[in-house]
Amino acid sequence: MNNHDLVVEKIKQSYPDALEEIYDHRGERTLYIRKADLKAVCQFLRDEPTLRYNFLSDICADDMLPDFPRFAVNYQLYSIPHNHRLRLRVRVEDPEDGPETVALIWAIATWLEMEVWDLMGVRFKGNTSLRRLFLPEDWQGHPLRKDYPLGYEEVQFSFNFDEINAKKPHATKD
Amino acid sequence: MEIEDAEEHMLLSMGPQHPSTHGVLRLLVELDGETVVNLAPDIGFLHTGIEKNMEAKTYTKALVMTDRMDYLSPMSNNLGYILAIEKLLGVEATPRAQAIRVILTELQRVASHLVWLGTSALDLAAMTVFLYAFREREYILDLFEMVAGQRMMVSYFRPGGLWRDIPDEFVPAVRHFLDFMPGKIADYEGLLKNNPIFLKRTKGVGVVTAEDAIAWGLTGGCLRGSGVNYDVRKANPYCGYEQYDFDVPLETDGDVYARYRVRVAEIWQSLRIIEQAINKLPDGPVQISDRKIVPPPRSELGKSMEAVIHHFKLWTEGFSVPAGFVYLAIESPRGEFGVYLRSDGGPKPARVHFRGPSYVNLASLPRMSKNLFVADVVAIIGSIDIVLGEIDR
Repeated sequence: MNNHDLVVEKIKQSYPDALEEIYDHRGERTLYIRKADLKAVCQFLRDEPTLRYNFLSDICADDMLPDFPRFAVNYQLYSIPHNHRLRLRVRVEDPEDGPETVALIWAIATWLEMEVWDLMGVRFKGNTSLRRLFLPEDWQGHPLRKDYPLGYEEVQFSFNFDEINAKKPHATKD
Repeated sequence: MEIEDAEEHMLLSMGPQHPSTHGVLRLLVELDGETVVNLAPDIGFLHTGIEKNMEAKTYTKALVMTDRMDYLSPMSNNLGYILAIEKLLGVEATPRAQAIRVILTELQRVASHLVWLGTSALDLAAMTVFLYAFREREYILDLFEMVAGQRMMVSYFRPGGLWRDIPDEFVPAVRHFLDFMPGKIADYEGLLKNNPIFLKRTKGVGVVTAEDAIAWGLTGGCLRGSGVNYDVRKANPYCGYEQYDFDVPLETDGDVYARYRVRVAEIWQSLRIIEQAINKLPDGPVQISDRKIVPPPRSELGKSMEAVIHHFKLWTEGFSVPAGFVYLAIESPRGEFGVYLRSDGGPKPARVHFRGPSYVNLASLPRMSKNLFVADVVAIIGSIDIVLGEIDR
């Protein structure tokens, strides 16, 4: 059994409800994990002797506008002993109510979550050191969101008027 | 940062304009006498929104922004980004293009390590190494100018291959480099390896255990200096690295000196890889033949209507990439350089995220420098080998 299948089977055994979806693309496996179970699953993946995902490469958030749930947070895991990569993906509906921090499992997570908070505005529950990292303290908004303009206005024509209007910052504030 | 004792301790702001912070990094240091109680890095002075900007450009045009992140190893950044695009497209470069990519990224690793060696030794007041290291780096930059027309912001790797083939004089010039470089490394080692001042400043300073190094996500020389054998080139080979015979240097002490030993040993290994790649450089095209990705040569434009259409489409609209997302990691001179790329099926990336090794490695600085002297902080920053352009992006 290869590692791709092993990890799915192990998670199904221990956390039957946690796994929402499996997505394979270009030889990479992505597991969609239910937000509430993320921390437990991460702890399990790190400590289970046959898996040992002891290295957290990266956390990054994705803005899927106009899809819903709008945000997704990716956790790039790597197992140094078993040389296997795995991506966990968590769907986030409300960025203020993001996934729980995994800082107690991989210490670097605090630092990676700070970047996600600063640029994408996903708040991680339990991470007390979320602050502006790249941007000035008084900065408004989170620039990597899709509805944050790049600094110029797109020209609206009759065929794309609504589409561009929906992306303007004021449109999402209600 | 939480301050332990505001009455007795002094708060010192180090940087952002300070030569030993290697760029525009500001450190807020809480000091008890000369001992560091607490330390917090303050970054973002070079933030230019590269990830956001790339979402507004086509895949090919966004390439130039990756050069400007880690400005000491643009070749590695280009490679990571290009490989991620190729993975999303499901194409692979030709053998010749892959071999040239390996040669150039390994040259880049040598050049980057030379800057690190020179500047980190300069921080410890060893002026001579700096001058020597920059002289040899200059030779490598001349090689880059030969192939790409640019010394630093090369953008030479393109989706599906290279911008163009290497010129005839490139291979002899690299051979010349391989001839004289071993003697130069021996010179640097002679200046530093057993230098009592250097040893005193680096041995036992900034120690990281193997478990901590993994938990803190350290990669590159910092991780291997702590004895963890993880090199992306060996673990997940790309560009045909599995064909080359090289070792992964390891040290177990985890201090500044161990990282110095690892990186110098890596220069030797890079030279080995370059030599093997030069010796068996395959012939053939440097670009794949898929005209939907690679623009046609200029000579075809006058003869073929098809070529004109492809040219026009590629330079106005760009190529569309099938929807999906990938994460691709390569071993940059500083560690694991990861690219997360998501496509929504259009000609522009829907999301680009870079896992900059400098950004992650910097997070360990407060822990490494706890209860040490300010002078040791300088040595540790040098040993982490950060590039602020990549941290801030």
